[in-house]
Amino acid sequence: MAEIERGVIQAVHLLVSLDREVIEISARSLWISGISCLLSSLICLPLASLIHFHNFRGKRVLINIIQTFFSLPTVLVGLFVFVLFSRTGPLGELGILFTPTAMVIGQVILVSPLLLGLTISALSGVSREVVDTAISLGADSFQVIWLVLKEARYAVLAAVIMGFGRAISEVGCAIMVGGNIKGFTRTITTAISLETSKGELELSIALGIILLLVALIINVALNRLQQR
Amino acid sequence: MLQLTKKAKRIALVIIVAIASIVSIGMLQPKERIKVATTTSLSDTGLWEYLEPFFEQRYDVKLDIIPVGTGIAFEYGKRGDVDVLVVHDEARELQFVAEGYAIERIPFVYNYFLIVGPPDDPAHIRGLNSEDAFKKLLEEGIKSPRQVRFVSRGDGSGTHVKEKALWKAAGFDYNTVQKAGKWYIETGLGGMGATLLIASQMGAYTLTDIGTFLVYRKRGLDLVPIIEEETPILLNVYSILVVNPQKHPHVKLEVVNKFVQFLTSIEIQELIEAYGADDYGGRLFIPFVNGSQSAANLERGGENWLK
Repeated sequence: MAEIERGVIQAVHLLVSLDREVIEISARSLWISGISCLLSSLICLPLASLIHFHNFRGKRVLINIIQTFFSLPTVLVGLFVFVLFSRTGPLGELGILFTPTAMVIGQVILVSPLLLGLTISALSGVSREVVDTAISLGADSFQVIWLVLKEARYAVLAAVIMGFGRAISEVGCAIMVGGNIKGFTRTITTAISLETSKGELELSIALGIILLLVALIINVALNRLQQR
Repeated sequence: MLQLTKKAKRIALVIIVAIASIVSIGMLQPKERIKVATTTSLSDTGLWEYLEPFFEQRYDVKLDIIPVGTGIAFEYGKRGDVDVLVVHDEARELQFVAEGYAIERIPFVYNYFLIVGPPDDPAHIRGLNSEDAFKKLLEEGIKSPRQVRFVSRGDGSGTHVKEKALWKAAGFDYNTVQKAGKWYIETGLGGMGATLLIASQMGAYTLTDIGTFLVYRKRGLDLVPIIEEETPILLNVYSILVVNPQKHPHVKLEVVNKFVQFLTSIEIQELIEAYGADDYGGRLFIPFVNGSQSAANLERGGENWLK
């Protein structure tokens, strides 16, 4: 357990001394997961609204499938993205395997079911009357969707935060499609994995603490935004 | 039921553009870069971290070092996902070249494997040759699996392949070794360094290259060299494999050639030879190019041993 104590001390030290590599790795983690979460939100929030407002056959089945994908293993997504973007794969021509782009794509796939499913749940919480009133006042469908998303914003934001949490904390996909290249695709989680295998436990613990600090700052910022 | 409006369509368009731009940002890489899949022993010892700046400064090319086991490195090479491999599994390397996946195999450094274990040597194998040591390890392991244990990489890496060859040389079929009981532990993940840490925690024996062992010993291992002999069967040669540009036209042959020249240049070979010797109390890697004659002979000997 002494490692944890030393890890905390080292975390403080790395932060105070503004260690260049640690800052770079943290910024990269934040950037990759932030972009993934943003892209996923742009896709999933409208899509969730569409699914919520349409009644069609198999809707329950679809929602069940989406919820099943909450348990999507990160390494499986990693494997899928690897095979997809490997040079001999269907999208190999793009040459983006072992780049941050591939990592973003992997994380979008990973996070999207979560955002989709939780947003649908969030929207279900909005009373039908709000929708009816808006329609009777002549709102078009885009305005209705926007209104409902606004009504459900607390729950939707919680979904986005959860998605971000899944993205920044995963390692299986990041290491498989990113390759853990120093100064290019190394993130906090892949660095922890590497440093642990090197026996650098204190550094790993310090990096873990820094990841949680980054997450704390993001959450505080988003909650501020929400309270406005 | 709601219909898609113009606005909704516009949003969809924005999303598509956003994704496309992200993808293209990823492809707009300022510097030229080559991807190198490398065995974990070379990165766990810190060798790449040490050499990278020299290369990048001289050629203005970014080296993307992807540290993986030798097994998966071959797979990356076959698929053309990397430009060059640096691995240590001679038989598979030769096959890789023969199958046309690589155009060239250039040995550039070597060292030796050694069997390390707990200081009290519970299986009493000290002083034996490697074949007899493996025989005795199996016997003692089956007899008293609590005291005598062996940790295997179990991941298809170069070290794992060497371990299988050693079992074979000792007269055992590898499948029977795997099923011989609880004393035989396969880690399967994390590379050479992680395996040494596990063996140290468990008080077990393991097979390691000397470079990784020396580096990890300094970080604190409860393991000592038990069998340390510079024989052909324990020889460990690291080679560069250039992925075939005819199979994968995107391979940056010109840059890869610079990489090969760099690693085999006298200057860098001397740097490699000196690397870590003061810090870790022993030479981690021995250059192949300088005075390569004896090493080349040894390797040929090793080849015969394997057959």
